Amino acid sequence: MDNLLSIVTFIPALAALILAVFLRGNEPAAQKNAKWLALLATTATFILSLFIITGFDPADTGFQFVEERNWILGLNYKMGVDGISVLFVMLTTFLMPITIAACWGITHRVKEYMIALLLLETLMLGVFMALDLVLFYLFFEAGLIPMFLIIGIWGGKNRIYAAFKFFLYTLLGSVLMLIAIIVMFRNAGSMDIPTLMNHQFTSDTITVLGFSVIGGLQTMLWLAFFASFAVKMPMWPVHTWLPDAHVQAPTAGSVILAAVLLKMGGYGFLRFSIPMFPAGSEVMAPLVLWLSVIAIIYASLVAMVQADMKKLIAYASIAHMGYVTMGIFSLNQQGIDGAIFQMISHGFISAALFLCIGVIYDRMHTREISAYGGLAVRMPQYAVIFMFFTMANVGLPGTSGFVGEFLTLVGAFKANTWVAMFATSGVILSAAYGLWLYRRVVFGDLIKESLKSITDMSNREKAIFAPLVFMTLLLGVYPALVLDIISPSVAALLENYHAAIPVADSAPVPASYWGAAI
Amino acid sequence: MIAGDINTILPEIVLALFAMAALMFGVFTSKDKVAPQILWATSAVMLGLAIWIAMSPAGVNIAFNGAFIDDSFARFSKVVILLSAAAILLMGQDYMQQRGLLRFELPILVSLSVVGMMMMVSAGDLIALYMGLELQSLALYVIASLNRDSSRSTEAGLKYFVLGALSSGILLYGASLIYGFAGSTVFSDIIVSAEGQIPLGLLFGLTLVIIGLAFKVSAVPFHMWTPDVYEGAPTTVTAFFATAPKMAAMALFARVVHDAFGMAVADWSQIITILAVASMFLGAVAAIGQKNIKRMMAYSSISHMGFAMIGLATGTVFGVQAMLVYMAVYIAMNIGVFAFIISMEKDGRPVTDISALKQFSTRQPGKAAALLVLFFSMAGIPPLLGFFAKFHVLKAAVDADMYWLAIAGVIASVIAAFFYLRIVYYMYFADNNDQTLDGKMTPVLWGGLMVSAAVMLLGVINMFGIDALAATAAASLVN
Repeated sequence: MDNLLSIVTFIPALAALILAVFLRGNEPAAQKNAKWLALLATTATFILSLFIITGFDPADTGFQFVEERNWILGLNYKMGVDGISVLFVMLTTFLMPITIAACWGITHRVKEYMIALLLLETLMLGVFMALDLVLFYLFFEAGLIPMFLIIGIWGGKNRIYAAFKFFLYTLLGSVLMLIAIIVMFRNAGSMDIPTLMNHQFTSDTITVLGFSVIGGLQTMLWLAFFASFAVKMPMWPVHTWLPDAHVQAPTAGSVILAAVLLKMGGYGFLRFSIPMFPAGSEVMAPLVLWLSVIAIIYASLVAMVQADMKKLIAYASIAHMGYVTMGIFSLNQQGIDGAIFQMISHGFISAALFLCIGVIYDRMHTREISAYGGLAVRMPQYAVIFMFFTMANVGLPGTSGFVGEFLTLVGAFKANTWVAMFATSGVILSAAYGLWLYRRVVFGDLIKESLKSITDMSNREKAIFAPLVFMTLLLGVYPALVLDIISPSVAALLENYHAAIPVADSAPVPASYWGAAI
Repeated sequence: MIAGDINTILPEIVLALFAMAALMFGVFTSKDKVAPQILWATSAVMLGLAIWIAMSPAGVNIAFNGAFIDDSFARFSKVVILLSAAAILLMGQDYMQQRGLLRFELPILVSLSVVGMMMMVSAGDLIALYMGLELQSLALYVIASLNRDSSRSTEAGLKYFVLGALSSGILLYGASLIYGFAGSTVFSDIIVSAEGQIPLGLLFGLTLVIIGLAFKVSAVPFHMWTPDVYEGAPTTVTAFFATAPKMAAMALFARVVHDAFGMAVADWSQIITILAVASMFLGAVAAIGQKNIKRMMAYSSISHMGFAMIGLATGTVFGVQAMLVYMAVYIAMNIGVFAFIISMEKDGRPVTDISALKQFSTRQPGKAAALLVLFFSMAGIPPLLGFFAKFHVLKAAVDADMYWLAIAGVIASVIAAFFYLRIVYYMYFADNNDQTLDGKMTPVLWGGLMVSAAVMLLGVINMFGIDALAATAAASLVN
C-alpha cells in the first residue's frame, strides 16, 4: 500500500461523511449507530496505523511512506512520517477509540459530536503527516473548527467565552505563522518540508523598527512560528486560554486537547523551528529555557490553589509542557529525546487524568474538589486507577512520567545548570499538588451525603483505562520502545542543526545580548 | 473595420437588445404577470452569454480605437458578473413575488446594469469607462428603491443616488484633469504621455478617479452609503449589490490603475494601501456591533474589499491574479450566504435580526452546517476556499515586499473572524428562543446555499482551476 498514510488519515473523515449523509433521526437507536460507527472507524484507523509502525524503519532518518501529488499554486499534497512524527500518529490513533468510548454516555446531539470528533482525528493526523508547509498549516488551522464546536456545543456553563477565547487566541498566533510561511515560500521557492529543512535562510543581522535583530530573517521567522506554537503548547505567558478551554470542554474534548492538540506545538518546534531556523533557534533558545522554567514553577504553584479539578490538571499540563519546551531547546540528544518521550507519556497520563475526572463528573456533575472526599470507601477500584495516574503525573519511577522528566532535566542540565536546578523544583511541586488533590478527593471520611450512593467504575470505564495503564507502565519500565524509534531521527536533526550553525552564525551571539541577568 | 468592432462587442449588444426587447414585451403584454418569464429568460440569456464568453477564443480584441478592450481579464470578469447576476436573479424571484415587488422592470434593469458592468470591465478609454459606470449605477439606483412603498427602500435609493452622483462628479473631474494633462482619453495613450516625471495634474486626476472608484467598491473612507443601502434595499437587491457590481468596480479599478497609470505604480499603490488597510479594519470592527444581518454583511463586504485591494496595491501581475481569485471566491461565498438571508422569514415576513438564528442548527441541521462552512470560509479558515483566497492576496503582498500590509491583513482577519463566529455561536451554542425562523426555502435558494457551501469545501482539491484562469487574465492586463 503506497498510500497508507492517506488511507489512515481519511478513514475517520469518510466515516464522518457517512454519518452526516446517511444517518437520520435522533432516537436512541440512531445515537447508538453513530457511536458504534465512530468507534469502528477509529478502531480501524488504529489497526491500520499499526502497519505504519511495524513497517517503519527506525534506522532510516529520512521520511518514509512518502506520497506526493500536485496541488495548486505549485504546492504539493505530500505526506510522510519520520522518527519524530510517527509516534504522534500512533498516539492519536491509539487515543481516539478510547475517547469515543469515554463519551458513550452522551445523549445531546450525538451524531454531530461523533462527526466533530472524527473530523478532528483526520485533521490531527494530517498535521503530523503533512510534508508540505501549506498542507500542514491547513490541517493545523482546520482543527480549530471542530474543537471550537466541541467546546461551544457540548461544553460547560461558561463554554461560549472559552470557545471564543480558544479560537481567537490560537488563530492570532497562527496567522503570524502564515505570513512567515509565505515569506519562506518566497525565499526558498518551495513549500516542501524536506527541502526547506536543507534550505539555509539568511541570518545576517537586520534592523526592524530600530532594533537590530541578531539572526536576521531566521530570527524573525522563528518568532512568527513561535507565536503560533507557543500559544498551542501553551507556554507561559500565552497559556491563559488553556485552563478556560479545559474546564469548559466536555471530557472527550479535554482528553484530545491535552493529549494531542498540545503536542502540535512541540511537534512544530521540532519539525520547523529547529531544523529550518537553526540560527534563530540558537539566538532564542535561552529565552525559551527561562520561559519554560517560569511555566513549570508558576503553573505548578497555580495548580496547587485550584478549587476545580479540571483546572488543576490543566495547569499541571502547562507545567509538564514546560518540561517539553525546556527539553527541546536544550538542543541536545537527551533533551529532545526526553521532550518527545514526555509528550507521548503526557498524552497517556493527561488523557487518563481527564478521564478519571470524567468518571466522577458523570456521577456527581461537579468538578469542585470540595464536593468530594472519601471516595476510596465506595470506589476502591477507581481509587487505585486514580492513584496510579496521579503517581505517573508526579513522575514516579516505573511510570512513563519519570523517564520524560528525567531525560529533559538531564538535557537541560547540560545546556544550562541553573535552568535545570529551578526546573527540578517542579518535580516537588507536582508531587505537592498531585498528592494533595488525591488526598482531598479520595481519602478522608465519606461524610458528604451525596456521595453515599456513588458507584464504582463500570466495565466500560475499566476497559477504557486498561490500555492507558498498560502503556504508562510499559513505557515506564521499557522506555527503549520509544527511544529506539525517535533517537536516530533526533540525532540526525541535531547533526543538521550543528552543521548549520557555523555556516549561519557568522557573528556569534554575545553573552550580553540577553542582558546580564541570564 | 466597423464590422470587427461590432463583432467584438457582440455579447454586450445581445444583452442590450434583449433588455429592450423584454421591455417592449413587458409593456405590450400584461405587464407584471410576465415578470417571472422575463426573469427566467434574462437569467438564461446571461448564462448563455457567460458560456459564450468563456468559450470564445483567447487573445486580445480592441474595438473603437482602443475604447473597448476584450482580453482574458475582461472575459474572466464578465463571466463572474454574468453568472452571479443570473444566480441572484433566480434566487430572488420568489422573495420578490411574495412581496409584490416582482415588476417586469426588475430583470430588465438588472440586465441593463450588467451591460454597464460589462462595458466597465472592458473600458479602454475614460469616456467608455464613464458610460459603463453610469449605465450600471443608474440602473442600480432604481432597483435599490424598487420597494417604493417602503421608506427604508426609497431612502436607500436616494442615498445611493446622491452619493453615487457625487462620486461620479469627482470621477468626472479627475477624468477631465487627466485628459487635460495627458492630451488623450485612451488608456494606452495616457500611459505613454508621461515620460519620467509625472505631471502633478495627472496625479491629481488619478487621485480623483481613484476616489470615484473607491465609492463604487465601498472602500473606507468612502463607504458610508453601503450599510444603509444594504439594509434598506430589498434583500434580493442587496444580494445583487454585494456581488456583480463589486466585481465590475474592482476589475475597472485594476484596469484603470494598470492600463492607464502603469507608469505610476508607486503613486497609486500607496493610496490603495491606505484604502485597503482602512477598509479591512473598519469593516471588521464595525461589523462586530451589528444586530441586523444585512448591515453585518455590508461591513463584511467592506472588509473583503479591503482584502481584495491588497492584491491591487501590490501592483504586480500576481497581485491582480490574487485580486481576481479573491473576488471570485468572495462572490461565490456571498451567493450562498444571501441565498440564506433571502429565505430568512417568520410568518411570511422577512427577518434580518441575527438573534433569530438562535439554535437554528437543532431545527435545520443541514442548512446550519452549510452556513457554518460559508461563514468559516468568509473568516478565511482552512481548508475552505476562503482561506486560499486570503492566501493568494497575502502571498501577493509578501512577494511585493509589503510585509506590513500582510500583517495588517491577517490581524484584521482575526478581528473579522469574531463576527463570523458570532453567527456560528447563534446557530449552535446560544440558548433557545421562541423567535424561530420558518426555515422554508425554495429549491433555487436551497440549491444556491448548498452549491456554494460545497464549492467552499471541495475547492481545496484544486480550486476548480480558477487559479490558472485568473493567472491568464492577470497576465493579459499587466504587461
